[in-house]
Amino acid sequence: MEAVVKNTFGSKVNEVAGVNKQDARITLTFFTVAFIAFFLGCVLGLLQGLNRAGLLELPAWLNYYQVLSGHGVLLVLVFSTTFMLGYFLAAFSHTLGGLLPKVRKMAWVGFALMVVGVVFVATTIIMGDASVMYTFYPPMAASPWFYVGLVFLVLGIWAVLFGGFINVADWRKKHKGQHLPLLAYFATGAFVLFFFGSIGVTIEVLMIIPWAFGWTETINVMLSRTLFWSFGHTLVNIWYLTAVSSWYVAVPKLIGGKLLSDSLARLVVIILVVLNITGGFHHQIIDPGITEGIKFMHVFMSLSIAFPSLMTAFAMFAVFERTGRKKGAKGLLGWIKKLPWGDVRFLAPMIAMIGFIPAGAGGIAQTNNQLNQVVHNSMWVVGHFHLTLGVTVVLSFCGIAYWLIPHLTKRVLTPKINKLGVIQTIVWSLGMLFMSGAMHWVGLLGSPRRTSYTTYGDNATALGWDPYLLFLAVGGTLLIIGAVLMVYIVFHLMFKAPKGETEFPIAEAEEDASETPKWTERWTLWIALMIAIVAMAYVIPIVDMIVNAPPGSPPFRTW
Amino acid sequence: MKMHRFEEIFLIIGVAILVLSMVVTGYQTFALEMGPPSHTETIDPQKVDETAPFDNPGVFQTGDNEYEVVMTLQVFSFTPNQIEVPVGSEVTFTMTSKDVTHGFQIAGTNVNAMVMPGHIQKITETFDEPGEYLVLCNEYCGAGHQMMATTITVK
Repeated sequence: MEAVVKNTFGSKVNEVAGVNKQDARITLTFFTVAFIAFFLGCVLGLLQGLNRAGLLELPAWLNYYQVLSGHGVLLVLVFSTTFMLGYFLAAFSHTLGGLLPKVRKMAWVGFALMVVGVVFVATTIIMGDASVMYTFYPPMAASPWFYVGLVFLVLGIWAVLFGGFINVADWRKKHKGQHLPLLAYFATGAFVLFFFGSIGVTIEVLMIIPWAFGWTETINVMLSRTLFWSFGHTLVNIWYLTAVSSWYVAVPKLIGGKLLSDSLARLVVIILVVLNITGGFHHQIIDPGITEGIKFMHVFMSLSIAFPSLMTAFAMFAVFERTGRKKGAKGLLGWIKKLPWGDVRFLAPMIAMIGFIPAGAGGIAQTNNQLNQVVHNSMWVVGHFHLTLGVTVVLSFCGIAYWLIPHLTKRVLTPKINKLGVIQTIVWSLGMLFMSGAMHWVGLLGSPRRTSYTTYGDNATALGWDPYLLFLAVGGTLLIIGAVLMVYIVFHLMFKAPKGETEFPIAEAEEDASETPKWTERWTLWIALMIAIVAMAYVIPIVDMIVNAPPGSPPFRTW
Repeated sequence: MKMHRFEEIFLIIGVAILVLSMVVTGYQTFALEMGPPSHTETIDPQKVDETAPFDNPGVFQTGDNEYEVVMTLQVFSFTPNQIEVPVGSEVTFTMTSKDVTHGFQIAGTNVNAMVMPGHIQKITETFDEPGEYLVLCNEYCGAGHQMMATTITVK
């Protein structure tokens, strides 16, 4: 009954009536899984860091590549997906006046499917039957059940995504002529991107399953790899879009400021959705079988994703400066002092944004063909995505958790927990600084990624990398402290923090803000544009990969 | 939709940097022939040992100071290994994989290429500095991936 009332009166009523308990349960369940996966993933990460530094030899029953496969799957697939879906479901619930009963059901079905999928995937990795990394490049073949698990995972995600689409469509039907609330707009964009981004990898997995079972003899290696990357890079950009949504919508409100421009925020979403999927090709810059011309076209495709990030950088710092000046800041940089540095809900996303400056710059550098050749598959790349994902995404997600969890559990973030959160943020950032910094540096010197500790028979060049690799252990140790603190805070906010009301922070527009143009709501057009660009980027190379394919490869188990 | 003046300036500078980086990349690729390794020949990955030139892997002199290394990559080794070439030689590596995807990297140089089953990959490097270069596989290829390495000695 409560839900019906809310649907009629929309989000304003929701703010007064509080949280929908049934919707909150969904998000909190997703978050519970997310942070358990986060903790386990970080423990595996520490093991790798210690191994790479030459300090820890892993036993045969839990070798480096098993640990690395688990680390990637838990953090890149499980943690980020469950967090993102839980957060955006809460966003739909809050801004669209509650989830529809049907959508709630879809979210639970999706959750169950995802759990089944993760159980399959985790079991095969633990049993040592799927040490193929989260990229699972054929012709390396894991146990077929690993891929079956991935199918369940994808189906579960799709169930949640389509639940989101149904909720949005329903709201739009009931609110003709109105703009979707900005946070729901971000969520829609991320869901659209997730669905279309996952189509390529789904086709790949459906090609792999009969091959892994032995029903088909060979597989097209290059096609599989290309389909994977049409998804792989989109995936990380989905987490990024999720993080960015909290910067635009929550952060200004938390610091007492306002949204700089609703229209430009929506434009950022549109550009990220339309241009993203084609970025995946920059993972294949030094592959054979793809011509230089196509690779050069993809430099453009990849660099164009940087444009909306430039817009975001401007918008965020403009909000900070305006807010600081409104609070009486003087001089060119006086506003920096007026920002609430002691508030973890600001500090965590702020460091996330600052981290994205070198992370984004590194990304721009390494997408240019010749520079990519210098760092491809080196530790540099690992350093890069520990900045983008490990700092920007993780700290933004933590920043969201500090207010969203107490909001949903009707509790409050106490000053004590806030302080612990500040310590957590600093420890985590320092850990990443040491680890990612060392990874970038030693990567430039040539140290490869995805390789357990080795000196290549005491080769002098390889021995020269060892001092840098020690910092992986230093960083990893700090990071595990940060991870333990974060998981403690999350469960404290869920079950222990004192009762009270916590606001769902949604920034308001400036008084003099211009009207948001109607065309921003034309999702059909954006999706059509996205498909057109994906077609431009992929049709020629993929047709070429199929028509001019060499004989395929049989499955190999090389571990 | 109005944009702040400063934002326009900021974005124009940002885009200019992106465009400049593309122009440099394009110039290097197409005018200076420094493009990334992109050889497009294919091969039956199950018949590498019977297919020329990989039926006879080794180091071959192809001109004054020019060499071709015909190389197969397989878990967890390079064939041939422990290559020796004179200082100043221009070496073209012609490679393919006999099993899974491998990476071919020479530490301390810009030589870095994916070597995939079914595809022939080529990359050229001139070795002007004498010394022992570490060659390693930089794409995870299995349990012994960390041992897959060899050396090139330049004398």
